[in-house]
Amino acid sequence: MIPTDYYIFLGSGLFIIGVVGVLTRRNVLIILMSIELILNAVNINLMALSQYFKSVDGQVFAIFVITDAAAEAAVGLGLIIALFRNKETVNADEIDLLKW
Amino acid sequence: MIELVTFIILSVVTLVSAILVITRRNAVHSAIWLIVTLFAVGGIYLLQHAEFLFAVQIILYVGGIMVLFLFVVMLVDIDVALKQARFARQWPVALLTSVLLLGIIGFALYNHSQGLKLPSQPMISAPVQNTQAVGMALYQNYMLPVEIASVLLLVAMIGAVIMAKRKLE
Repeated sequence: MIPTDYYIFLGSGLFIIGVVGVLTRRNVLIILMSIELILNAVNINLMALSQYFKSVDGQVFAIFVITDAAAEAAVGLGLIIALFRNKETVNADEIDLLKW
Repeated sequence: MIELVTFIILSVVTLVSAILVITRRNAVHSAIWLIVTLFAVGGIYLLQHAEFLFAVQIILYVGGIMVLFLFVVMLVDIDVALKQARFARQWPVALLTSVLLLGIIGFALYNHSQGLKLPSQPMISAPVQNTQAVGMALYQNYMLPVEIASVLLLVAMIGAVIMAKRKLE
């Protein structure tokens, strides 16, 4: 049996990698992929604690997180398509219309 | 013992492929490595006796979301991005912030390791199967949240269609 701590360490590591991806990459598509990494890190933690408390609630919430990820991917990719059609770029630092 | 070895292998695969996701220049390669990460995370679900979530992970994430991602990566042209800088201008600040966050999380985990020392409890052989238990919880205790999630998906679907439309009248 694997200690629950290990799962939480793994989730933290995956979360940090996702945060680094969101903050440092220029490509909007890879920023969205990093968000998927973050959501997976959350799911690992939910699963570990769900198993620890012998309750199925954590798994139900993981399903809701996956639902959210699907909605976010659909809307985010639609936005990227619209953005690419108008500005011909997917670089986050070239999209500065709202910057003063 | 064999469980721990499996866990370590899956963790290493998860973390290494996650690092490859955020460092590859080509977005298609990033997407492929993200698929590897998602498979490894699915394996971790299986290790935690969550068979239903494993199936959902494979079908929905790898089969649905990642195909969508690859589709869009192929739509926007990748030849230009290959010649440009990978990281944004603010990357030193961003990396510093991330290291700070790593420090905070590490400190919290280390500091509360007494409180966090969760003993590993062996799963008692459940009378109901995992899929059955999840289904019961979803449609009995969590009926309203399921309905709200379905409305969320509907909103996301309409939003994506509106967003990708060529011209709004």
